[in-house]
Amino acid sequence: MPLGTYKEALSARSTEQKILDVSQDGGIVSSLLCYALDEGIIEGAVVAGTPDEDWRPIPTVVTSSDEVIAAAGTKYSMSPTLSALKEATRQYGLEKVGVVATPCQVQGLRKAKAYPFTRFVADKVNLIIGIYCMENFPMASLDTFATAKLGFDSLTDASKMDIGKGKFWLTKDGEDKGLAIKETHGYEQAGCNVCQDYVAEWADVSTGSVGSPDGWSTVLTRTDAGESVFKAAVDAGLIETKPMDDVKPGLPLLEKLAKGKKDKNTAERERRAKMGVRIPAIY
Amino acid sequence: MFDKLKKAFGGSDEAPKAEKKVEAAPVKEEVKAEAPAETKAASAKPRIGYIHLSGCTGDAMSLTENYDILSTVLTDMVDIVYGQTLVDKWIHGTFAEEMPEMDVCLIEGSVCLQDEHSVHELLEAREKSGLIVAFGSCAVTGCFTTYARGGQQAQPKHEAFLPISSLVKVDAALPGCPVAPEMIAKTVVAVCEGDLDYLKPAMDLAACNAGCGCDVLTNVIRQGLCSGCGTCGLACPTRAMGYSEGRPSCDRDRCIKCGTCYVMCPRSWLPEGRIKKETGL
Repeated sequence: MPLGTYKEALSARSTEQKILDVSQDGGIVSSLLCYALDEGIIEGAVVAGTPDEDWRPIPTVVTSSDEVIAAAGTKYSMSPTLSALKEATRQYGLEKVGVVATPCQVQGLRKAKAYPFTRFVADKVNLIIGIYCMENFPMASLDTFATAKLGFDSLTDASKMDIGKGKFWLTKDGEDKGLAIKETHGYEQAGCNVCQDYVAEWADVSTGSVGSPDGWSTVLTRTDAGESVFKAAVDAGLIETKPMDDVKPGLPLLEKLAKGKKDKNTAERERRAKMGVRIPAIY
Repeated sequence: MFDKLKKAFGGSDEAPKAEKKVEAAPVKEEVKAEAPAETKAASAKPRIGYIHLSGCTGDAMSLTENYDILSTVLTDMVDIVYGQTLVDKWIHGTFAEEMPEMDVCLIEGSVCLQDEHSVHELLEAREKSGLIVAFGSCAVTGCFTTYARGGQQAQPKHEAFLPISSLVKVDAALPGCPVAPEMIAKTVVAVCEGDLDYLKPAMDLAACNAGCGCDVLTNVIRQGLCSGCGTCGLACPTRAMGYSEGRPSCDRDRCIKCGTCYVMCPRSWLPEGRIKKETGL
């Protein structure tokens, strides 16, 4: 199963304009966080923010809808988000915490729950919103895309960054400039090359753009906790949904990309093991 | 069930020896009042020992922080047959002249080579125990005591402190400074249920006798495995782990060499089976 275990797959988007104005796709992550905060399901969440708006993600603790909305949007570089869980549970004293996590971060969190070597942190995480992730880039790679490859003066000139339809897109003054994905190969971080998870298979609920039309997100509800939050947000009118079968390109594309990532990176693991360099031990 | 666990650890196939009588002591009478019920249940319960070498009692304290399950564990699940802090029985102490047989012995602290009693107690524990668990980072890696170098009153010669695996075979390691209460609880349950799958990572860590923030550099970043997820920063008890260009960067003047960052890293080892079992995914 290239998409992992899930209860339901839906195409969905936020019904709130102020979220759609800033969201990467359908605003599902922001809507779920705002709903969970308002309902007291979580008291705060750790997310990747950009306080300096220079595209460099900084792990951030948010405790209000305004802060969630300020942190919306994808940053295509590494955010050691889980490190901020310490701040959330210690300085902020949060007992119920949400986490917005890439697949590797979900793995770190689930491991921390199964083997809690750090006291009284992992058990306070009660909502893991996973985001699809094909690979991630060092900031210097993003600088290269912007300046050397797309002719920007600086990465900070870009008002939006996106990957879709086979291209890496940067928007400046309302104009989109695209770079073929092939051109970005070799610029991703090496650790992504051994990752076999595209759709955050161990999250409570996973979401991402692939499979749904522009402005919409593909949502996979996985655990009881994830399903109940998502359904409650839909029932509250914060999220609208369409059956996955009614949208193009739909699940087949998502499955194809997920399987492609698994196959390619499984081969890379085997290659590395054969060379005798370290790969993660699986129990 | 417990024999199976013992065998798996390479312990003796023989049935545990009948426990030697505890020396007559003031507490004896109090204990006796409950004795009949105790004796019946005792055979099925693992006999746990706790040895306090050069540690700070933080790990034993951490055990007691399992408030909601502690009384059940202590009364229904295990018998603590040896130890200074949780029970009042230890060799050369007041109430026991000889170390009893133990199924599992938790050892906290590193061992000071110049302290004859510590070395003796550790070696004796290896003989008397089915399993030896290095309990907390001092026992696993040396942790703080890595930096001990003697020259202090009143034993200036007490200068060399080693992780216990340097002297005896260790069967399982539970790092952490201190080892987290939840981790202790999950391990105790796994030991009582003979859940070897859960214990396997701790068993594989047993031979480890070094640990510090360098581990994530040596074994993760330099192997092209780091994804910048931030788990090591979450793990670090002294906030020595910062990040630079999406990579952990350890402040070695803050690092206490507990080894937790590397143990927590999802790119060092990943308990897929357990995660699937716990989440149903």
